[in-house]
Amino acid sequence: MPEIPKEEYILRCTSACAGCSSSLVLRYVFKAAGPDSVLVVPACCTSVIQGIYPNTAMNIPVYNVAFASAAAVASGMSTAFRTMGRKTNVICYAGDGGTVDIGIQALSGALERGTDFLYICYDNEAYSNTGMQRSGGTPLGARTTTTPCGKKDNKKDLDRIVAAHNLPYMATACSAYPLDLYKKVKKALSIPGPKFIHILAPCPPGWRFPSAETIEMGKLAVKTGMWVLYEREYGTFSLNGASKAAMKKRLPVRDYLTRQGRFKGIDEETIGILQQTVDRNMDRYAREVEGIC
Amino acid sequence: MTAKLAISRPVKGASGKTGSWRTFRPVIDREACNSCGLCAQFCPDGCINEELEIDLEFCKGCGICAQECPKQAIKMVREED
Repeated sequence: MPEIPKEEYILRCTSACAGCSSSLVLRYVFKAAGPDSVLVVPACCTSVIQGIYPNTAMNIPVYNVAFASAAAVASGMSTAFRTMGRKTNVICYAGDGGTVDIGIQALSGALERGTDFLYICYDNEAYSNTGMQRSGGTPLGARTTTTPCGKKDNKKDLDRIVAAHNLPYMATACSAYPLDLYKKVKKALSIPGPKFIHILAPCPPGWRFPSAETIEMGKLAVKTGMWVLYEREYGTFSLNGASKAAMKKRLPVRDYLTRQGRFKGIDEETIGILQQTVDRNMDRYAREVEGIC
Repeated sequence: MTAKLAISRPVKGASGKTGSWRTFRPVIDREACNSCGLCAQFCPDGCINEELEIDLEFCKGCGICAQECPKQAIKMVREED
């Protein structure tokens, strides 16, 4: 088990909702990155939870930028730091809207240019900051304020889009496994070039479950196979922790769906489609672990 | 350069005393606690210190610590006022 630094880089307290998993994630990202880091934040929950001007709870430099430009700004910042001979970590911390929908061209461009930075997408599967509107990251069947009868389209597979850029390191993590997350951020920052980490961050008010169950919901997502923890280091694929067990034996997705208000009234057909998608994805990962594809 | 930039400075309590949001207060039963530290690990706001004392000035009362405690040593008690 890695030794987690005791320093906290977020002063008490952000204005995040009670039980927010994104602020839990941010705590561990800062612990792994250390004080010599800069955070680039586009419009997302993190841009509003910092505190009220002229005060901020973040004890690390944070640069708030426009929605579509996080990765582009980080590119410029990283180039400037490296030209000055400084090793400062440049980290983009964006939500799923700012990554999957609005920021994807800037992200793709930065990955293609080989910018030395780490892009973290914390995925709460909707535009939670503005009141839970549907995003490209929202899963099939989930109710949001703009899909009141359940979303009719599938979640965009961001990880495969990013993997197609053949970057040195990419990983997925979940807020329910903070030590695994810490290890992955630490490893990513030790590698030069573009890095990407996709983190599932359950959102109690948006997903409609009690705030105390944030960690449980993340663990359920991994145990049912709705979320898979893996790493891709220089193209080598490996499954991590709880997802190894989920590969052999997993809970039915129904256990995960019925715990959340956003899937209330979901029909059997949609549950069937979600289960099939999970099984198909898991089969694909199993083949990848064996090196078949 | 004389341009005025909008810069925020790090301050404790930048979002006010968030402890006032709480409806349920976590209370630790020291007899049952085995000091595993899982509550501190999972606290989203880092309100539990190394001695496993809860900072009630800022604790938002989400209840994650009580839910994740393997010994059920933390109870959520309704705030009286």
